[in-house]
Amino acid sequence: MSIVLEVEHLTKEFQRDDVATVALRDFNLSIEEGTFVTILGRSGCGKSTMLNLLSGLSKPTSGRVLHRGSPHSGPTPDIGYLTQTDTLMPWRSVQRNVEMPMEIAGTDKAERGARARELIATVGLAEFADSYPRELSGGMRRRASLARMLANGAETILMDEPFGALDAQLRAELQRELARLWKATGHTIVFVTHDIEEALMLGDRVVVLGPLGTILLDQQVDLDRPREPDETKVRPRFVELHATLASALKKGAR
Amino acid sequence: MTTESSADTDAPTGLSTSGPVKEARRRSWWYRNRRTTIVWSLRAGVVLVFLLLWQIAGNTAANPMFVSDPVSVWEQLSAWIVDGTLGRHTWITIQEVVLGYVIGAAAGALAGYALASIRLVYDVFEPLMMALYSIPKVALAPLFIVWFGIGIDMKVILAAVSVFFLVFLNTAAGVRDVDRGLVDAVRLMGGSNRDIAIKVVLPASMTGLITGLKVSIPYALIGAVIGELVASNRGLGYLINDSAAQFNTAGVFAAVVVLTAVAMVLNTLVGVLASRANRWKPLD
Repeated sequence: MSIVLEVEHLTKEFQRDDVATVALRDFNLSIEEGTFVTILGRSGCGKSTMLNLLSGLSKPTSGRVLHRGSPHSGPTPDIGYLTQTDTLMPWRSVQRNVEMPMEIAGTDKAERGARARELIATVGLAEFADSYPRELSGGMRRRASLARMLANGAETILMDEPFGALDAQLRAELQRELARLWKATGHTIVFVTHDIEEALMLGDRVVVLGPLGTILLDQQVDLDRPREPDETKVRPRFVELHATLASALKKGAR
Repeated sequence: MTTESSADTDAPTGLSTSGPVKEARRRSWWYRNRRTTIVWSLRAGVVLVFLLLWQIAGNTAANPMFVSDPVSVWEQLSAWIVDGTLGRHTWITIQEVVLGYVIGAAAGALAGYALASIRLVYDVFEPLMMALYSIPKVALAPLFIVWFGIGIDMKVILAAVSVFFLVFLNTAAGVRDVDRGLVDAVRLMGGSNRDIAIKVVLPASMTGLITGLKVSIPYALIGAVIGELVASNRGLGYLINDSAAQFNTAGVFAAVVVLTAVAMVLNTLVGVLASRANRWKPLD
């Protein structure tokens, strides 16, 4: 299997006056094509910094990030990134927000309108296509952002705690929808979360991050798909993996 | 997390939404306009009371010449309307104000947008612009007379200069306040700098531009009228000066009333523009 994203000896610091805040130190990771990798870690362990670097939005202080073998020169539409904060354009309706990536790519007007409507329906916002982001609840904005990111048509998708603010019911549905989408398209997904259950429900592989981006555990998840929440969570293997990840996280806290 | 197990929907596409629902609601005319009607009635009441008190004060004051009264002002207005004086002078002032406002606002918006988009340029020019902004524009009137004569040009330019700085500063502030997250979002979609400028910075700076347009209306009027007061034989400013020189207080007030009307019309026009551009602002 070919490697889509590779991080080599990466260090990221944020310099301010005479103090440098080190977010990641000598971090290494490779993501294989078509896999669903969840990154599990506590707040402040450099998860978001890592995604910013993988997306090409920020540049490493030292080390390299390779996208399909060549170093990153900046963001590319081949990599979709669902950031933690809302970045819907407040002056555009949901419909026009979802159309935006296709607008930039130069897609034909009728085609992008139809595609956007389809995506909006997928995330359950069909009735709110003409609403502006500020008229929507936080969860609805999240779903609109998800639709917009999917409109990008990227083959590699980075997600930063995308379902953190949603209610449990909706989160389960969106997780299932995402797993289905991933199965259907064969995309590569890097999914950051701080929720052990979410990491196990979604990932083929869970990478547990400790402080400064040290990898505490790199665990393959050998649970059958599709993973129905009700029955998966009571499987002995799930319980076992849950305990392994929890103890790895605890180890990092020390 | 345990509530997740209560998931009972298994639709492949489309999610069970628990969000708000949109429903049609017919509202009666009175329900929709109750508040507006009350506010407007009260406003009219306040104006009427003011006019009444003014009339009484004018009739009882020791020297009515200083305060005049609404009836005399009205008589003066109608006399001027009939003999065409008012129309001629008002038209001149409107031309100066509108030309000055449009030129100043366009230049201010363009300069604000262009300068603030490039950080180095903005850092260089910002203190200079602030310094120029701080100059009382009235002080420039004599200079403009030397440069442009005492015709309409000098008033237009005085109005334009006053408007320029306000629109410039507000637009620049709007451009610089653009959310970094939105810019990053466009970069992630593979957008070029041009996409960022047109699809993010331009709409985001609209709020600043509109603030600038709103606050600068009075300054367009000030510029034009000051110009007329300093040197002119036409326009409402001249009419005020001329009436005052003849101790015609009613004439001064009549001209001021017309100026107020011009300002209100301009305010309304810009207000309509603003509400169209700001349709995405949150619902109250």
